[in-house]
Amino acid sequence: MDYRLELRNVSKSFGEVQALENINFQLGRNEVVGLLGDNGAGKSTLIKIMTGYHQPTSGEIFFNGQRVDHLTVPAARKLGVETVYQERALAELQSLWRNIFLGRELRNRWGLLDVNQMKQETYRLMSQYMGFTSSAVNPNSRVGTFSGGEKQGVAIVRALYFDAEIIILDEPTMGLSLKETAKLTKFVTDIKKAGKSAIFIDHNILHVYNVADRVVVVDRGRIAGQFMTKDISLDKLMDKMVQVAETGNLD
Amino acid sequence: MSFQTKADNSATNQVYKETFRLSRFARTYGTQLGMLGVFFALWLIFIVSAPNTFLSSRIYFAFMSTIPFFAIMAIPLTMVVIAGEIDLSFPSIMAMGMVAFSFVYNSTNIIDNVSIRVLLAFIAALLAGAIIGWLNGVIVVWFGIPSLVATIGTQFFWRGAVLVLTQGANFTLSYIKGSFLYPALVGKIGGYLPMQMIWLILIAILGWILLNRHKLGAHIYLIGDNVHSAELMGVNTGIVRIRAFMLIGLIAAFAGVVASFHVAYFWPSLGDGYLLSTLASVFLGGTSVFGGTGTILGTFLGAFIIGAIEAATVAVGLTGFWTQLIYGLIIVLSVIMHTYLRKRVE
Repeated sequence: MDYRLELRNVSKSFGEVQALENINFQLGRNEVVGLLGDNGAGKSTLIKIMTGYHQPTSGEIFFNGQRVDHLTVPAARKLGVETVYQERALAELQSLWRNIFLGRELRNRWGLLDVNQMKQETYRLMSQYMGFTSSAVNPNSRVGTFSGGEKQGVAIVRALYFDAEIIILDEPTMGLSLKETAKLTKFVTDIKKAGKSAIFIDHNILHVYNVADRVVVVDRGRIAGQFMTKDISLDKLMDKMVQVAETGNLD
Repeated sequence: MSFQTKADNSATNQVYKETFRLSRFARTYGTQLGMLGVFFALWLIFIVSAPNTFLSSRIYFAFMSTIPFFAIMAIPLTMVVIAGEIDLSFPSIMAMGMVAFSFVYNSTNIIDNVSIRVLLAFIAALLAGAIIGWLNGVIVVWFGIPSLVATIGTQFFWRGAVLVLTQGANFTLSYIKGSFLYPALVGKIGGYLPMQMIWLILIAILGWILLNRHKLGAHIYLIGDNVHSAELMGVNTGIVRIRAFMLIGLIAAFAGVVASFHVAYFWPSLGDGYLLSTLASVFLGGTSVFGGTGTILGTFLGAFIIGAIEAATVAVGLTGFWTQLIYGLIIVLSVIMHTYLRKRVE
């Protein structure tokens, strides 16, 4: 089977705490997978393993059928993984253009930063995708002055700019207004249309149900089960989630 | 929102032009403008109250001779502080570099040429500085010791090492006058302009490029701002911080050589007087103690304010007793101003 991304028997412990236990997870080509689970279920740890931020204690990671040892953040990015983190991973005292190119600054032929090019690209992204129209916002604006939705926009556009194949969204709707949430949902459907894959993590079952092809339920560091969204009704899924939360079991 | 990436440049041909607007300019460069304001206001006060001194060029050549010794180190210290760290060990690194210097000079007496021996000794001093800086970085990054504590420790350790290795002795360096490095480091162009001033300007320009036009500088700002974000985005925060410590180690050793060449003499207490004036230059220059913001220009101006106050108090007709009081007043007022300007921005 040729998955875009596959985890085999991945476990992760932090000292005494077993955060993940024998996770087997697959992400297909052009598939949107929703990860559901309660607080502390291990969703964030799971995605931080996929992005190379955490190293698994045991288990294997495969990209496009190829095994990858010692996945690091830069290595995962080279493989096309882009993440919109729950905490947004922005530097709020810095300008917009520095945030867009955080960790991957464009350089000119002398190896120095190509500041003008980065500002131009930022301006293009801003006016085309981020919906910043106010003249008060420009590539030199400090990100700390933006609203929650605007900050989320920066994190998403940043993920898009660098030819991502897999886009991971960790609680992207947190702190967003209704309008901004609708925009985000459309954005995830656009990922699908563009032939890319995505992993979408949210507390809100409704958000996930509406955009995901498949839903994977994580509970207490294990995968409790998974459903194709076309095979299950929203009510049924909600019942199952409550059952998992109470019993730790789907059946 | 449609899905397009960098390959797609044709979608729009909107070009971003930086239009000049005074209000925006003032907001973006608030701290630098404030700093320039303080600088020129003080200068004016000096000129008005002691015109004989501050309208003649002699005092400025004197400033250019003495201020660079600590101003040179304030440049890399600015980077360390922007990264959210601090280094208090650089005065000891100055002296330790000179110990390496004289050790290599004394052990190369099979070489007949003084210039070559002094050059080798100079390289050894820089190397020693960089290595000690690297050690500081390693202690902070690998062992996770706060740099304030770690460098208080290394400050004592290396000062102690200097005293043990030299047995507390001071000695002459008159032999350096036969080397080409002597005029290159502390000579006077045209009999007036001290070379150390040229080195300061050079290091300030290089420091500006490194901080504003190089990846290292970009990552220094990001780490000082939000180290967790930097890590999530794949910045190697450990290596960047170690490099910042190496840089100040290297430059401190350089400053130690320059200061010793200036008097052609080595004192084991070399650097002792520079700790507070260097730190004050950085903070007076508007670099935030919390990291993430700061400029080379601010530090440069800060160093000259610090350096000029002492001469100014005496020239104005106050006794030397006033110097520290005025230092303190200006530092506190400037830091309040910077904090206020930063709040206005947010």
